[in-house]
Amino acid sequence: MKEVLKMNKTKVIVGLGSCGIAAGANKTFNKLSQLLQSGRADFELAKTSCIGMCYKEPLVEVIDENGSIIYGDMVAEQVEEIILKHINDKSVNRDRVVIADHFKASEADFFDGQLKIALRNCGYMDPESIDQAEHREAYKAIKNILRQSLSQEEVIQTILDSGLRGRGGGGFPTGMKWKFAYQSESEMKYIICNADEGDPGAFMDRSLLEGDPHAVLEGMMIGGYAIGASQGVIYCRAEYPLAIKRLNIAIEQARKKSYLGDNIFGTGFSFDIYVKEGAGAFVCGEETALIASIEGQRGMPRKRPPFPAVSGLWKKPTNINNVETWANVPWIINNGAEAYAAHGTERSKGTKVFALTGKIRNGGLVEVPMGMTINDVIFKLGGGIQDDKKFKAVQLGGPSGGCIPAELGDTPVDYDSVNATGAIMGSGGMVVMDETTCMIDLAKFFLHFTQDESCGKCTFCRIGTKRMLEILERITEGKGREDDIEKLEDLAYQIKDNSLCGLGQTAPNPVLTTIKYFRNEYEDHIFHHKCTAKVCKPLLTYTIDKTNCTGCTVCAKKCPTNAIDGSRKEVHYIRQDACIHCGECYNVCKFEAVLVE
Amino acid sequence: MRITRVKKETDEKDLVAVDMNLMKELLHKYGNKAGSLIPLLQGTQQLYGFIPPKAFALISEATGIKTADIYGVATFYAQFRLKPVGKHIVKVCHGTACHVQNATAITDALSDTLEVKNGETTDDMQFTLESVACLGCCSLAPVMMIGEETYGKLNGKAAVRVIKDMKNEQCKGG
Repeated sequence: MKEVLKMNKTKVIVGLGSCGIAAGANKTFNKLSQLLQSGRADFELAKTSCIGMCYKEPLVEVIDENGSIIYGDMVAEQVEEIILKHINDKSVNRDRVVIADHFKASEADFFDGQLKIALRNCGYMDPESIDQAEHREAYKAIKNILRQSLSQEEVIQTILDSGLRGRGGGGFPTGMKWKFAYQSESEMKYIICNADEGDPGAFMDRSLLEGDPHAVLEGMMIGGYAIGASQGVIYCRAEYPLAIKRLNIAIEQARKKSYLGDNIFGTGFSFDIYVKEGAGAFVCGEETALIASIEGQRGMPRKRPPFPAVSGLWKKPTNINNVETWANVPWIINNGAEAYAAHGTERSKGTKVFALTGKIRNGGLVEVPMGMTINDVIFKLGGGIQDDKKFKAVQLGGPSGGCIPAELGDTPVDYDSVNATGAIMGSGGMVVMDETTCMIDLAKFFLHFTQDESCGKCTFCRIGTKRMLEILERITEGKGREDDIEKLEDLAYQIKDNSLCGLGQTAPNPVLTTIKYFRNEYEDHIFHHKCTAKVCKPLLTYTIDKTNCTGCTVCAKKCPTNAIDGSRKEVHYIRQDACIHCGECYNVCKFEAVLVE
Repeated sequence: MRITRVKKETDEKDLVAVDMNLMKELLHKYGNKAGSLIPLLQGTQQLYGFIPPKAFALISEATGIKTADIYGVATFYAQFRLKPVGKHIVKVCHGTACHVQNATAITDALSDTLEVKNGETTDDMQFTLESVACLGCCSLAPVMMIGEETYGKLNGKAAVRVIKDMKNEQCKGG
């Protein structure tokens, strides 16, 4: 986090991304601004966005003549003391430092092996300042393209040579997509940025929009120039108010500087962008549904062809790319296709941003070169599993993706290797699971999500997912039938084959991959009425440990069906015929006397 | 599918008096623009907290879109509410990260305390209990959001305590 600008004063920077704010960063910022006003310390207070270390939020960076130091867990109650010591006494509280320039701090490993291209500016500048963005090369690529009058074909060729593929999940070569839209003849063409990031457990796009909105705008401008479009639309989830706010600020700033508008840099190229708020429908992440939604209709996908490159928004040629894809574009133009293609694997070039969540120690945002193994991401960057439990599986690609078991941890993360496991790269959500996660419960969770979000157009997706969900429900309730696994597989393939859009085609993936890798768990549930992860309550048996029970009567009082017998100071007993497996006794027992099997 | 049938009989709750004049400016701004139905509905919801039945007729009049189509759009998207909501909306996150950290327990506990089901509003119109997809602060899972405030690393008991504290504060204030 080296500052380019020369400073006289110590600089104190607070990370104000959504995750930081959720952890209390606004209070921390207010506390610091009070401290500044009180005159007890002299410093310059600034804001930035998320650097990806969500598990240590709120983060406060201090830059002085000795370099930069980032403190973690800086809640409002403690920030004053640490900052005063740092500035006035020059004493650094090393226990609280997560990253430092001049010594190896506790979390240095988190950045080891990361390579920041899309996230190059996130956390390194104030996202609401266009001047700081320009210091970090914003709008340099589009200026060069326009001033040197690079042809549209040359720009497209550069993107083709870089090997950049769509980061929204599909992995379609970006240059090809641009080429199709370029070849469609029309007076009016559109550029769309897909920021309808709906996968539960994914927040890459949100962080990027909050941290570096100008990179996305510039990417869209370059795309607009390449295909010959003059209007750009950013379709952003309404659930991301901060991202929308910062995008609108960035657009306003760019318009003021005439980077957006008519006749940009006097070259005759005109391009403008506006933000369209989504209204909460997962299916709108699909291109044709997204277009329908921008047009003000129900967000339902339609048949392709014609592809949006031929007939998209308002029936005009349209090119849609995801937020992360757009953010990569200016970097590629500035540094050349070769520099980008130097990273990654044979067929997956560059880097990919992942959101690490679930039972992982260091949950947050990482950007790694394609081809790093899953184990390296989870154990080297992510710090391993919480509470030293056993790594069981990782879900890639959200509800459209699949589970990759721990045995396949050496799989490199690139499009082809991940697809070979039955999962998909997806947009970059990586949910880590340990031994206490039941795979059937997880598959049920994802299917519940896709079933709820199915728009209802295709029968197989609408009814098929419902039937699959019913089967999973009865399996987790201990009422599974002998041929349920085969039925699930049969339905899954029919849904995949007979759905129009990506939602239906991929909805069965979580079920198929868990059957593939954890078939024994399904069999345990169906034939032995056992849930080894102890998640499916109807399959658990609650008993009382005679040695630990003190006879406090709390469980007996709490039991909703009066299934627990025993008087005060005597060992209690659960009558299994009356027990409804609600788990209340286990929750209230203070002596660990309720056993679950 | 998220199609909820529009009930014919109106609950007492639905008959909250709303001033339809508030919509004039909004209709003027978007009325003639193509593709503006969703911003219109979003603006209406911002004004009233939900989309009142009368708003459909007004929007239809201003834009020429059939009421049936407007209902179609309003019921398709999760964001739109056709019923008034409580003063505080309690959003419990049920994203993947929160799910594996047992978000269900939080909804269950709150549902018991508030005596409403998921998606319902308390009789005193103070709290609406909702479950949402991802709030985007997965590292704090499981989380819930009330107003602008996010509460992280919760369990059932902690979540109930937040609600009880809010109730107590209101008693003091009122």
